[in-house]
Amino acid sequence: MNQAIRNTWIAVMVLFVLCLGALSYVQFFAAKDLNANPLNNRQLFRDFDLPRGAILVDGKPIAESVPTDGQFKYQRVYTDPELYSHLTGFYSLANGSTQLESVMNPELTGKSQDQFFDRLVNLFSGKENEGASVELTIDPELQKFVYDLIPEGTRGSIIVSEPKTGNILAMASKPSYDTNLLAVHSTTKAAENMKKVLAENPNLSPYRNPALFNTMNPGSSFKILDLVAGLESGNYNADTVLKNPEKITDPVKMSNFNEGICASRSEATLEFIVAQSCNTPFALMSKELGPEPFENVTERFGFGQQLNIPLPVQPSIFPPNMTPADLALASIGGSEVMTTAMQMNMVAMGIANDGVIMEPNLVKQVMAPDLRVLSSSEPKEFSTATTKEVADQVTDLMRGSVKSGTSMRAAVPGLDIAAKTGTADLNLDSGVVNSWITGFAPADDPEVAVTIAFERIDYPTGSSLTSPNMKKILEAVFNQ
Amino acid sequence: MTELQTAPVPRRNMELLLLLLSLVVGMGAYYLVGVNSDDGLSSEFITQGLVLVGLALVFHIALRIWAQYADPVILPVTVAINGIGLAMIHRIDLAKNTDTAMRQIMWTGVAMVIAMIALWAIRDHRVLRKFTYIALAASVVLLLLPLIPKVGVIINGARIWVNFFGLSFQPGELAKITLAIFFAGYLSSNRELILLAGRKIGPLQLPRARDLGPMIVAWMVSIGVLVVQRDLGSSILFFGLFMVMIYVATARVSWIAIGTLMLAAGGTFAYLTMSHVTRRIDGWIHAFDPDIYHAQGGSRQIVEGLFGLANGGLVGTGLGEGTPYRVPLANSDMIIASLGEELGLIGLSAIVLLYLILISRGLRAALGSRDSFGKLLATGFSFTLALQCFVVIGGVTRLIPLTGLTTPFMAAGGSSLLSNWVIVALLLLISHNSRRPMISGVSATAEVATKAPRRSGGIFATRKETQR
Repeated sequence: MNQAIRNTWIAVMVLFVLCLGALSYVQFFAAKDLNANPLNNRQLFRDFDLPRGAILVDGKPIAESVPTDGQFKYQRVYTDPELYSHLTGFYSLANGSTQLESVMNPELTGKSQDQFFDRLVNLFSGKENEGASVELTIDPELQKFVYDLIPEGTRGSIIVSEPKTGNILAMASKPSYDTNLLAVHSTTKAAENMKKVLAENPNLSPYRNPALFNTMNPGSSFKILDLVAGLESGNYNADTVLKNPEKITDPVKMSNFNEGICASRSEATLEFIVAQSCNTPFALMSKELGPEPFENVTERFGFGQQLNIPLPVQPSIFPPNMTPADLALASIGGSEVMTTAMQMNMVAMGIANDGVIMEPNLVKQVMAPDLRVLSSSEPKEFSTATTKEVADQVTDLMRGSVKSGTSMRAAVPGLDIAAKTGTADLNLDSGVVNSWITGFAPADDPEVAVTIAFERIDYPTGSSLTSPNMKKILEAVFNQ
Repeated sequence: MTELQTAPVPRRNMELLLLLLSLVVGMGAYYLVGVNSDDGLSSEFITQGLVLVGLALVFHIALRIWAQYADPVILPVTVAINGIGLAMIHRIDLAKNTDTAMRQIMWTGVAMVIAMIALWAIRDHRVLRKFTYIALAASVVLLLLPLIPKVGVIINGARIWVNFFGLSFQPGELAKITLAIFFAGYLSSNRELILLAGRKIGPLQLPRARDLGPMIVAWMVSIGVLVVQRDLGSSILFFGLFMVMIYVATARVSWIAIGTLMLAAGGTFAYLTMSHVTRRIDGWIHAFDPDIYHAQGGSRQIVEGLFGLANGGLVGTGLGEGTPYRVPLANSDMIIASLGEELGLIGLSAIVLLYLILISRGLRAALGSRDSFGKLLATGFSFTLALQCFVVIGGVTRLIPLTGLTTPFMAAGGSSLLSNWVIVALLLLISHNSRRPMISGVSATAEVATKAPRRSGGIFATRKETQR
């Protein structure tokens, strides 16, 4: 009997070794995978109980965590939510977190590398880890001004940036929404509100910033890049006289958009062609140069590259190895050329800043809870897109567009402005177009680059919302 | 069996020392929970803490009077486990704003008092052998109670509860004691018959049906009733109890083989025919499938438990610093996950080792027992505890399917506390009788029951006995 009892003890030992082995596996070897499991929202719940850093513009919070008695200790509250929705995004248990709330999460929760020492101190002092605040480069007055310029019901984005630093001063889009609705704690309420927000605005995606994520045909604003390719080839300058047929069939069937002014001359200087935004000469230019220079130029200006400003920017597309026909359409911003508003703003910044594109940036600095600056952004070069000589010549040509061409309605008396409009005919029965303008001022010593883009809008409305609004923005910036 | 002879030393002072140590552990855990909570240390720490200290010391004195040669490790280990469990229940209370810890300390008190009454009333475990068939009858009654309309209530899908005057109780928990007494009594009386009579077929010696009949009936009744009551955990527990006791009685491995086959057949049958078993198994195999995770009665409980354990990692979050309350049933069925999260692998392993010590001491008492009834009873009880630990920890770690068994002495719940404390009292009695000095003239090696000094009463009488 005793031997059987001893054997029973051995069996018990085996059971306990199995238990300890299973515990070691779960708590040690598999712990990392379990913590990262998508079903696991413990980390998230923990974060929702911690004071999260604020998002600031000009020292004032546009997103902050306010103590609350609800399910969690803090509730995220957004000030002027519609104005900043596409920048801050929202911080929600049910709907996830988006935009800066997602991208800057390590800083806002106090888990970034810069806050390592603070965490160490808190570990020993027993203090709660507090998140850092993130201050944006946005100018709140300008942001409000440009936001109000976009009419309700349209799909438009406006970006104002500093070509010399890359800092973004304003970035607004419509349709917008109230981020507070999506950040409520109750999961059922949050899901309801999400449905409501989407029902009110069928064109809205709360998970995408239209200025950074919506790619569309740039229309004639793409001709700035044609100019860079053409001038770099050495075959063209402002005074080169080019053929300007009203209609062509080779390499593709195409006619000049602005009947009347372009049609008045069958031959014209490049200066005139740019100012009036004639199409056929650019198609012929693309045929002569071939696809390679265009591919090079677009790549230098940022096409095809993932950029984080720190919000991720959808790469703009210039397809490689196009047929001459497609290339001709691409040269006037059609075909499969797709750009974001941010990309066309970078084009303006590059021309403005003597060919050097500064990396666009939204975050000015990250500050610890005691207002110590943990990191501040330094202007960084994104790329040398072209030479100063070419940039200066393109600037001159863009000045012409404002003085006497398609961008005339953007002109501000006494201000030296360089800009280029664009209208992309989407060949839809409804006759809607994408309306663009991108440019900068003052042209000789640029302080701001402005890009306005309206998606799927009828032509007269679109053109009345681009150049005239650029004028208003520049007047506001330069107090005129 | 010579190695079993130990010097007849009571070792109650050693027990007191260990008891103080275990109270420091239990109260320390309770203290940490208090200071780490938002509201700081609450008054409950003093009141509930004092109750636990008082109960433990009274129990210790009871042992000094009625079972002074009892194993000195069993009580301190049990008190430590009970105390840690209490601290964790209190910790979940703080998070959920409930007051389960107060009920738990009250039940602990009731359980320890009844265990002390058992010590006093039984004094010698061999008395229980007289109640072999009464124990069988009691088991059947206890197991059938929840099926009686109006008395039985269904909680969490299992019909294993009875309701008396607003108090719910699981009679099945007590049935494991009465069944163990029956098995031990029956097997110790009939083991020779079972062993020797009967036909031999190949390597297997089959007992006569009439010798094994009552055993089979008892086993079928317990399993049958539990299948009806849909309590998978207790089925496994009773089955394991049955297996180990018949193995110890006969020392035949063939019984284990037959038993394992029966278990496999029964398990397959249950999986194929009973929806709640199917769901358990599916939730075990495909635990991380989002569909099963989100399903009603799906794998959410076990997966959340795993997340909790993983969150604790090697060293744990610290008591009161984790989020164990996010796991369903965090203070009862899943208390192991709660402890693992806050104490980490290191702390939880220490607790598992405490259980191992307790069970090993129980088996040591079985080895030392001078009668086969005591050996069988102590083995059965010890193995019951071991099996509960294995089923719970294995279930929580997804080693085996999760079943609704309680973690002994820890999980919130009165019936389980009560029955386990009575088991501890009986183990203490068996160890007392095995370590007690023997009356001279009787061979120490003989497996014959020595005459127990019935009502020998207290310290003085026993001392006189040793001087003889």
